[in-house]
Amino acid sequence: MMNTGKTKVTTPSDREIMITREFNAPRALVYDAYTRPELIRRWLGVQPGWSMAVCEVDLRVGGTYRYQWRGPDGMSMGMRGVYWEIVPREKLVSSEKFDEAWYQGDAMGTVEFRENAGRTTITTTIRYDSQEIRDAVLKSPMEQGMAAAFNTLEELLASL
Amino acid sequence: MERSSHARGDSARLDATFAALADPTRRAILARLAQGETSVMDLAKPFAMSQPAISKHLKVLERAGLISRGRDAQRRPCRIEAAPLAEANAYLEKYRQFWERTFENLDNLLEEMKAEQARSPRKKRTH
Repeated sequence: MMNTGKTKVTTPSDREIMITREFNAPRALVYDAYTRPELIRRWLGVQPGWSMAVCEVDLRVGGTYRYQWRGPDGMSMGMRGVYWEIVPREKLVSSEKFDEAWYQGDAMGTVEFRENAGRTTITTTIRYDSQEIRDAVLKSPMEQGMAAAFNTLEELLASL
Repeated sequence: MERSSHARGDSARLDATFAALADPTRRAILARLAQGETSVMDLAKPFAMSQPAISKHLKVLERAGLISRGRDAQRRPCRIEAAPLAEANAYLEKYRQFWERTFENLDNLLEEMKAEQARSPRKKRTH
């Protein structure tokens, strides 16, 4: 199902990035897709040529998560974080840090799930330690490291 | 994840652009100027701000290359400069596209999950 162009990205303050997207599914399913490892690994950060090799989730306050992606030519990328707040099916607050961070310090991410008439809107707000870091992230998003993969393996994603 | 040296060269200018855009008053000024060239006096009107305060914001915008000022000493009309804005926008757009691709994966997964639920309607899982 294509929903091209539905994702909105804004900068609500000088240290934050906000990403909003609506999904044609009830909140319980979307929440599951965000919290159950066997589901997370099927969509999060999965780009052409990249798959999730490690996906560990300890879903409790103070619990950690660990994601690692594997790409072409032995490239890999990993991130980890700690859950700070969990309101089932409503809200997740967690820190995030990339293994080879292109920004300094931890970022704090808040995901909110709102359901309306069987559709779910997700609002993700990521707060960085400073405006410089936020801007650096905007200027060199994750895909920078995946550029090589894009050139050679464009269509794999369509079959997912 | 290293940025290329070329990207780093562009960096300072983009930092100035993003910094200039971070302030709500300056964003409002740009929105106003998007409708056409305006004098500082007219520009200050809708804001609860003195003209010197507005002028300060205009200086930041001018330094970031987001606006230019006319030569007319009386009016010093302000004009929006499209290029740096478009460049900042392009970065936001690239970032947005990354997430759109990721969320399309999630769309597909959710369709599968809904179909599976319809096939085997069990009691709702409690998390």
